[in-house]
Amino acid sequence: MLQLSAITKTMFIPFLVAGDPHPDITVELALALQEAGADLLELGVPYSDPLADGPIIQRASARALQQRMTLPKAVELVAVMRKKGMKIPIIIFTYYNPVLQLGEESFFALAKKNGVDGVLIPDLPFEESEPIRRLSAETGLPLISLVAPTSKQRIEKIASCAQGFLYCVSSLGVTGIRDTLPAEIDQFLAEVKRYSRVPVAVGFGISTSEQVSMLKNYCDGVVIGSALVQKVEELADRLLQEETKQEALNEFRRYAQMLVAPLGK
Amino acid sequence: MYNVPNENGRFGEFGGKFVPETLMLPLEEIERALEQALADESFRAEYVYILKEYSGRPTALTFAANMTKQLNGARLYLKREDLNHTGAHKINNAIGQALLAKRMGKKKLIAETGAGQHGVAAATVAARFGMECIVFMGEEDIKRQELNVFRMKLLGAEVVPVYSGNRTLKDATNEAIRYWVQHCDDHFYMIGSVVGPHPYPKMVREFQRIIGDEAKEQFIKREGKLPDVVVACVGGGSNAIGMFYPFLEDDVELVGVEAAGKGVNTPYHAATITKGTKGVIHGSMTYLLQDEYGQIIEPYSISAGLDYPGVGPEHAYLASIGRVRYESVTDEEALEAFQQLAREEGIIPAIESAHALAKAFQIAKQRSKDETVLICLSGRGDKDVQAMMNHLKGESDVAIVRHY
Repeated sequence: MLQLSAITKTMFIPFLVAGDPHPDITVELALALQEAGADLLELGVPYSDPLADGPIIQRASARALQQRMTLPKAVELVAVMRKKGMKIPIIIFTYYNPVLQLGEESFFALAKKNGVDGVLIPDLPFEESEPIRRLSAETGLPLISLVAPTSKQRIEKIASCAQGFLYCVSSLGVTGIRDTLPAEIDQFLAEVKRYSRVPVAVGFGISTSEQVSMLKNYCDGVVIGSALVQKVEELADRLLQEETKQEALNEFRRYAQMLVAPLGK
Repeated sequence: MYNVPNENGRFGEFGGKFVPETLMLPLEEIERALEQALADESFRAEYVYILKEYSGRPTALTFAANMTKQLNGARLYLKREDLNHTGAHKINNAIGQALLAKRMGKKKLIAETGAGQHGVAAATVAARFGMECIVFMGEEDIKRQELNVFRMKLLGAEVVPVYSGNRTLKDATNEAIRYWVQHCDDHFYMIGSVVGPHPYPKMVREFQRIIGDEAKEQFIKREGKLPDVVVACVGGGSNAIGMFYPFLEDDVELVGVEAAGKGVNTPYHAATITKGTKGVIHGSMTYLLQDEYGQIIEPYSISAGLDYPGVGPEHAYLASIGRVRYESVTDEEALEAFQQLAREEGIIPAIESAHALAKAFQIAKQRSKDETVLICLSGRGDKDVQAMMNHLKGESDVAIVRHY
């Protein structure tokens, strides 16, 4: 069971797309992030129609699908990561349809077997999540809930059932890199924290150390996805070649460290 | 008593709201506004009035005398949605949703389009109601439907090319939804078919049922009884739901026709109910074309309007309870019916509607002369003339020349 309640410092929660640019590289990128001070990894499963994602993660998903990445393979990648030394909790981030096709029960069983610590399904709102929440309770794998700036009166209901941590969507829109975050984000986060019994993390659009520095005062964790995935895209060719791989991994790690420097990692 | 969807937007096991949390509140707002509007006599009156004085409703019911004679079977009737303003049934829904947007105080419309018919309808109502309109269209479809792109621009809409995926309707819908997530505070998403999360499938049905309501009344007046068979084409399925809905509790055979493309046993088709499996697409549980890992497969059809990997959840439900029979028609059969109707009746149908015609002709041939078949002629073929010319030239110049 994901136990994050004892945290004292703001968490760094990076996101990677499994299989981008290659499954073996994803494992090494994950280890680099752990070294950079990540507290928890969100491992994204590529999907043909990622409705909640902007262009950067869409492109990464397309690259990963070309590597024939699937939901079962992504889950099995977690066991590989564990063998190679990943200690931090790993959450599987997947759209609902791949879970449905694998079978909801099979998915939870496979996740449990491979050492997954939690599940996040961005297109499964509270009202549709009852069967998944039941499986989550049975297997002890928390289903991470999301709240958005439009959630308003829904926040209390969602927060009261939240497990693991509560994911706050920073602003209207899809994942991506944003220059500015909404001015009222501190009020939004304060309201969510009032109802939540689990740590509150914020994501969507966070891509600079300045943003991280500002947000750390209002939340328990920052999720960084598109900025890191864009870096992977930039480094893809070098990551895929044996002679330049280590150097590219180092560059990736330094970039992650720079982004979260305000968290004191 | 047929009474779906339920309060959760479910048609049996189908439908629902599988969307990011950000959209839950906007969907609840639309649902509330829709229920109030549907219960409001003045809303209904305005909708009917605009359809009459702006779109020319009621559309005609035409007896296809020459085709009936030629097939020597059941009598064929055409519900003439092609006679609507902008050339297809799409305007019924666009007017309804624009009125709802106005009621909700939203002045900016978002739409997705494949062939451009819904995009043109959305751009048209935006002009009529003094609203802004942004239309998402796959780059591939933009190339194939240059004229409709120009039409939308002429009407004052902004057309945004979509470069993701195969650059067709599915991708345009993804992008429209992404844009909506970002702008849901002041934009209204005007979806073009009975697809998407609740309450869209219900809302679009309510704005399209006028097809069946009118047709039923016209048919009884003309024939003194109900039709034996009603046939409509199904992509997302809005003209079909509109046509079928008022007949669901009658003793009438209902047939939905999907696009079989190059054949349902090839990878090149859009026969979602015939060949698809249950899953989630664009916020709704329905049948869709997907691989074993749940990745959505690109469909294929000669008809851009049927070229969609999902289908409205109510069709999935009607198929599952056996109330509607879903069959399919190939490109080739549709092309044949396209030309037949033009030659025999002087009506050039949309290539989508030609799928319904092809199936209806097959059915009519096997039935007695006492029986009747009612076909939803969902749109006119002006938009297809260029493509059909190229297609038929490529295949057999002779075939066209032979018939003058």
